[in-house]
Amino acid sequence: MSNLDSVFQALSDPTRRAILERLIQGEATVDEIREPFEMSQPSISRHLKVLEQAGLITTRIAGTSRPRRIEPLAFAAIEDWLKQYRAIWQANYERLDGLLEHLKQEDNAK
Amino acid sequence: MKPLSMTTPTDTTIEITRSFDAPISMVWRAHTEPELVKRWLTGPTGLTMPECEIDLRVGGAYRYVWAWDDNRMSAYGTFREIEAERRLLLTETFDIFPDNETLVEQVFGENGGQTVVRMSLHYDSKETRDGVLQSPMDEGLEASYQSLDKLISETV
Repeated sequence: MSNLDSVFQALSDPTRRAILERLIQGEATVDEIREPFEMSQPSISRHLKVLEQAGLITTRIAGTSRPRRIEPLAFAAIEDWLKQYRAIWQANYERLDGLLEHLKQEDNAK
Repeated sequence: MKPLSMTTPTDTTIEITRSFDAPISMVWRAHTEPELVKRWLTGPTGLTMPECEIDLRVGGAYRYVWAWDDNRMSAYGTFREIEAERRLLLTETFDIFPDNETLVEQVFGENGGQTVVRMSLHYDSKETRDGVLQSPMDEGLEASYQSLDKLISETV
């Protein structure tokens, strides 16, 4: 869940979403990632760091370059979390169904 | 078992819709009266809610405490907007992740004698701060996230 929170935090920024969109097409170096943005290298690097800490991207070492790529496992984690979240709410709402039945009977008894 | 619909309309929003076989006033009470909330909002099996405080007014605070074995976890927040028996807009923070505040909107409606509750969770920190609902993503981003949405809808 902590991972998912950092994932959502990472996804909350439009620049970072655009970076992910670029990386979905294939791995890219920081310069390649930076190209479409009017942004300094330090700011792009900061965004990359947030994405990497959230586990959404990874860095590969290739000689002197450090290409970034998307991390499919992170997306699988989101999917797992959503499944659990759904199961919890399903359980909550089934209990609520029971409570509402009970309240209706109480109302009828009055 | 009644079906529950869960969608991800944007990349930082989760929406859950469920209908209930009870009048809207009763479903509203079950969401806003502490003694009733304690009886159903207990999450996974094994948890109880020993404490529940709800100050139902704009700016008012609420707090839920769950317990299991020797553990405790709480969630808290404040009500931003309240329209009685229609809509709640509130913030939500879990004590284990104090820096992550989520904006939660609950809309209560009536449909053929049933009460429909639509709950939207907005994980976008900026929109949480501003209290503004998220605008739709531009088309380019929409396209890249379609594969993710598809994956989620197939498996969830």
